[in-house]
Amino acid sequence: MTTDTSLVTRSPEENWLPVLELAVEEVFEIMVGCRVKPAAQSDLKPKGEFTAMVGLAGALCGILTVCCDAKTAGEVARSMLGDTARSEEEVADALGEICNMIAGNFKNKLAGTDDRCMLSVPTVISGGEYNFYSLAEGNFMETVMLFADQPVSVRLQLNS
Amino acid sequence: MDKIRVLIVDDSSVMRKIVERSLRQAGIEIEKVVEASNGAEGLAALRDNVVDLILCDINMPVMDGLEFVRQVSTVENAKGVPIVMITTEGSEAHVVQALQAGARGYIRKPFTSDQVKEHVLPVLGKKP
Repeated sequence: MTTDTSLVTRSPEENWLPVLELAVEEVFEIMVGCRVKPAAQSDLKPKGEFTAMVGLAGALCGILTVCCDAKTAGEVARSMLGDTARSEEEVADALGEICNMIAGNFKNKLAGTDDRCMLSVPTVISGGEYNFYSLAEGNFMETVMLFADQPVSVRLQLNS
Repeated sequence: MDKIRVLIVDDSSVMRKIVERSLRQAGIEIEKVVEASNGAEGLAALRDNVVDLILCDINMPVMDGLEFVRQVSTVENAKGVPIVMITTEGSEAHVVQALQAGARGYIRKPFTSDQVKEHVLPVLGKKP
């Protein structure tokens, strides 16, 4: 686990993206049984058919989202559960838990933050016909990871 | 090892399945699994079932895991049953709160079956 206190005092975009990417990689490797890596193409975006969200409050205040297409979300659920994962509800549940674990793993890596930051229970939106607006006016960071060659976007929007 | 009866309290049905699978992968033989999706359901389940082990998340709607652990000792069936938290809340403060509330072990998500083995077997009186 990374415990560099200096991470908390610098610009989040500058310092926290590698921490976020590491948190994502660990969650996928341990819970999904699959290695993921940041996509080489920065413009690669998933179709947002499933979006999982977890709110952060306290020392870190904002929202973490995990977004991918329906097929990829289904593959994530099947990798976690085996062939028993069939319903849309189970797929949403699985993606919500992935988002929850990424948020927890990320904050646990930031020294001095984990004790003073709470997570909400996950919320998952399915269906792509929506726009996402956040009232937070602070910093954000985003990484696109490849899972089975398909893009999965992980975005952390922080309130200023 | 004797087969055990276990209560798994987590608002995610996916996570409840993964926890059960991890117990089996850790070599723990299970006679019965009782599931609950929050602390209040967990307390109700304990009134109707005798279990040997409780595994519990912290962040849940209705009643969170810490409040659930505090109230477990009020259920006659559940007095002395070991509780292990399995949660994304990995801070030292949460660990201390959970242990003070009555939990005997603490596993951070994401977790491996080896970590489940390491933390669960001792509270069942077995060597990991």
